[in-house]
Amino acid sequence: MAKTMQGSPAQRAQEALTNLNNNVQGSQAWSSIFRPGSIFRKGYSDSPRNRSYVIMNSVLYHLHPVKVKRHAVKVSYTLCLGGLSFFLFILLTVTGIFLMFFYRPTAVNAWTDIYTLQTSVTFGLLVRNMHRWGAHLMVLSVFLHMARVFYHGAYKPPREFNWVIGVILLVLTLLLSFTGYLLPWDQLALWAVTVGTNMMGYTPVLGGQVRYVLLGGAEIGTDTLLRWYVLHVLFFPFIIVIFMAIHFWRVRKDGGISGPL
Amino acid sequence: MTEIPEHLLKRAQAARDKAASQAAPAESAAPAAEAAPAGGGDSRIPAHLLERSRAAKSKRDGGAEAPAAAAAPAAAAAAGGGAVAAPGIPLAAGPGGHTQRLLTVVKSGSIQDVKSKPQDKVHTWPHLLIIEFVAALFILAFTTIFSVFVNAPLLELADVNKTPNPSKAPWYFLGLQELLTMFHPMVAGVTIPGMGIFLLILAPYVDKNPSNKPEDRKFAISLMTVHLMFWAVLVMIGSFFRGPGFNFVLPWRDGLFFEL
Repeated sequence: MAKTMQGSPAQRAQEALTNLNNNVQGSQAWSSIFRPGSIFRKGYSDSPRNRSYVIMNSVLYHLHPVKVKRHAVKVSYTLCLGGLSFFLFILLTVTGIFLMFFYRPTAVNAWTDIYTLQTSVTFGLLVRNMHRWGAHLMVLSVFLHMARVFYHGAYKPPREFNWVIGVILLVLTLLLSFTGYLLPWDQLALWAVTVGTNMMGYTPVLGGQVRYVLLGGAEIGTDTLLRWYVLHVLFFPFIIVIFMAIHFWRVRKDGGISGPL
Repeated sequence: MTEIPEHLLKRAQAARDKAASQAAPAESAAPAAEAAPAGGGDSRIPAHLLERSRAAKSKRDGGAEAPAAAAAPAAAAAAGGGAVAAPGIPLAAGPGGHTQRLLTVVKSGSIQDVKSKPQDKVHTWPHLLIIEFVAALFILAFTTIFSVFVNAPLLELADVNKTPNPSKAPWYFLGLQELLTMFHPMVAGVTIPGMGIFLLILAPYVDKNPSNKPEDRKFAISLMTVHLMFWAVLVMIGSFFRGPGFNFVLPWRDGLFFEL
């Protein structure tokens, strides 16, 4: 007791802080959360070993290898387009979940819910704007990512199949955006979707059925709204996440990003 | 039989000598054994962690046998193991208490394909992760600031009986709608986009040219550029140059008929 009272206040504070730190980092809870070798368990100082541990002992290891080719970190090579598409997807998921709290997919409620969201919900207008602009941006970044990959010849063996998955992801992105387009249930949404689905109705042989299934009836109505809502918030996100997982996994398995030109 | 390379033999001999010289003094002098692991022993455990675990142990034991508890397990193992095993066999020689022996040497290339040239690589952390983080922050900031100043459109409530003029699809489908003015709906809405997607998917299987250098693949690059420009131009025309009745207009003269 007498020992702890010695020293200046600054020293004692320092000691208390060290004790607290040791108790937290030495606790079972802490060591159960962070894996052996995690930088949160053993502290970080800049060394090649610790640089490896940052990736190797964290969930990031699912996305990135410990080391990447030097040219892969040049921004001018990838322009970050694939990563940004993924980040925009996350941003759209977060903002989309927020919007779901205030939205009912029926012809009676949909438009009013969006209007109320914009006028009476805190940050409602901002989050809706972010969701909409983010969606347009994602279509754009996925498209540009595809162009970038083509011009670098990155679809060549062994990456052929990952290119195919990429094209599927582009189509899924368009479908996600298109199904979301109807949900505000305003004149813009209704007629844009009318134009779009009329085109699909001309699919050979199955045209009529395809259109009927998509609209949940002969004309766009409250059933269409429910159908497209489920497609937009559950079905397509589910599918696209599966394809994204395969896409990212293949990037690593096929030898990281393609070589320099 | 594969010959064992000389440097590996040397390394094994050195390890054997080191183990033998460590085992001998460990039995006689305890302080020496205590000093060894603290000083040059396992460099992978940072000093402050060793300090912490030692403090915790001494607290648990009441502090009476602090130096004894701190003595390395290596000393105990050497003392205990020395009684049963023949002297000279390295016990607890490796960093994790493992005993390693050279069983065989596999020549490179016999099982694994070793790349002839090692690649120039950098650590993902910090080099790549920092770039990704900054890029994500940038796009987040851009989206947020843009959303503060520009509102998403919300027109009046949908009305099936009131067709706006012009009715336009979302911008990425406006290329298709533009095609609709020239072709039969089945061709414009299904055949052409279907072919476009199909050709994209086929690209890696059709393009057999192994090079990725732009000067070697002028044809592929021109073809793709024409393809991308085809859609880009159609989307531009559909977006900005089509007005009421989907007739051709000039945006600077007749105004913009376009909602995002």
